[in-house]
Amino acid sequence: MPAFINPTVIAHLVLIFAVMNMLVLSSAFMVWMERKVCAYIQDRVGPNRVGFEGLLQPFADVFKLLLKEELMPKAADKFLFVIAPIISVTAALTAFSVIPFGTQITLFGLLDPPLRLEVTDVNVGILVVFAITSMGVYGIVLAGWSSNSKYSLLGGLRSAAQMISYEISYGLALASVVMLAGSLSLREIVMNQSGYWWHLIPRWYVFLQPLGFLIFFTAGVAETNRAPFDFPEAEQELVAGYHTEYSSMSFGLFFLAEYVNMVTVSAVATSLYLGGWLGPFLPDWLGWIWFLIKTLALLFFYVWMRWTLPRYRYDQLMEFGWKYLLPVAIVNLVITAALVIWLG
Amino acid sequence: MPAISLHLVAFYAFAAIAVVASLLVVGQRNPMHSVMLLIVSFGALSGLYVLLDAPFTAVTQIIVYAGAIMVLFLFVVMLLNAHTEDEMVPVALGPHGMKIAVVLSIALAGEAVWAFSRISTSVFSTDPGVTGPISSVARIGIGIFTTHAFAFEVTSILILVAMVGAVVIARREP
Repeated sequence: MPAFINPTVIAHLVLIFAVMNMLVLSSAFMVWMERKVCAYIQDRVGPNRVGFEGLLQPFADVFKLLLKEELMPKAADKFLFVIAPIISVTAALTAFSVIPFGTQITLFGLLDPPLRLEVTDVNVGILVVFAITSMGVYGIVLAGWSSNSKYSLLGGLRSAAQMISYEISYGLALASVVMLAGSLSLREIVMNQSGYWWHLIPRWYVFLQPLGFLIFFTAGVAETNRAPFDFPEAEQELVAGYHTEYSSMSFGLFFLAEYVNMVTVSAVATSLYLGGWLGPFLPDWLGWIWFLIKTLALLFFYVWMRWTLPRYRYDQLMEFGWKYLLPVAIVNLVITAALVIWLG
Repeated sequence: MPAISLHLVAFYAFAAIAVVASLLVVGQRNPMHSVMLLIVSFGALSGLYVLLDAPFTAVTQIIVYAGAIMVLFLFVVMLLNAHTEDEMVPVALGPHGMKIAVVLSIALAGEAVWAFSRISTSVFSTDPGVTGPISSVARIGIGIFTTHAFAFEVTSILILVAMVGAVVIARREP
């Protein structure tokens, strides 16, 4: 047997495969949750025909999309038109690879050394997430430009402007947490949040950085183009925005990317502010259940917000981003820095 | 025969991608394609930084250049809506212009080769006193704010001046 086939390598491959499929499945689940929550908020029932409570509805939708004809505008830039959704999905799926979602497991003593529940541990992990999500913009911008359609172009432009504007506040909120933790590795940031104050309040950074958490999540919503900041695809103005000209599965890929990005932002927020996999009652190796619960709660909030808040106007979005969110983020950063130095 | 390590293969792959993509940037008629190829080139450079055990530099390269600056480039290209560059007009150079240009280019290339050959390889060799990743974030930070504090501050003032200048130029006349 070759040396590279050993339990550790196999376990890693299985983990990578599992994470990727979980991400894709989670986006299917998110579509279902979105439709269900939306339905109940609007006093309807929502999908309930395919599978139990409509759980298989997203799969039916995907099969429908796969069987549809793939259309491309005649004047489109063919190469960029094809590659744009691929960039979006690749960036969305890759960003999750550095997020730890549990401590190490030995699988009842089968694995030695124990397997850490994350695809890879990079010592600049949080920056990697930041870098890869910023690559996701290209998918949207290229889709908008290459379609050669005015709605797509406007959607792409809006998305680019929005993402640049909110990325700064997003980065500054991240920097505050990094200063508190003294590390860029997500695993270390989570480990720094273990323990309790007065045996009661968990040492999560959300309690030290309530403002930072708000800034991070607001900017995250804007980054993922979700309501109330969903201007790149504002239906009433832009038909469907950057993916107006897309059909069949390439449209599906944009959809997938959007939901995976939501999962990633929620997972990063969980790691940075909500103590990641740390939580009471469960043994250490089941910490990933806490991670799931926290991420799911944030995702629910995402959906809840979409069906509660109306969309802003575009100039309001820009004004909010540059004139309010950014100054608040800077003040938060300066205060955090001062306190970190003062209290050691 | 030297052992072909994975490291070496990765180095040549990234280097080849960087060089080819950079060459193609210049060759494109469509500015949008040029921008995309430049991003590919930046990505390959970032890969080289990882191979140099400098993950922080690699990620910064992606965030700053490929993530922020190139999005601005794309933005400008999209707003200008410049689909293709016009055909080049050689007449502008005049009848002898091309010949002069060729001579000058050869001279420039010669100078470049001469300049590079003068750099002794010792400049690039790693400092034996340094162990561990060269780009530990703490070390970069301490370096910037102590040894290179002056250069750092001057750069920030330069950027500020450029920003003010851009605002003044872009401002509408009252």
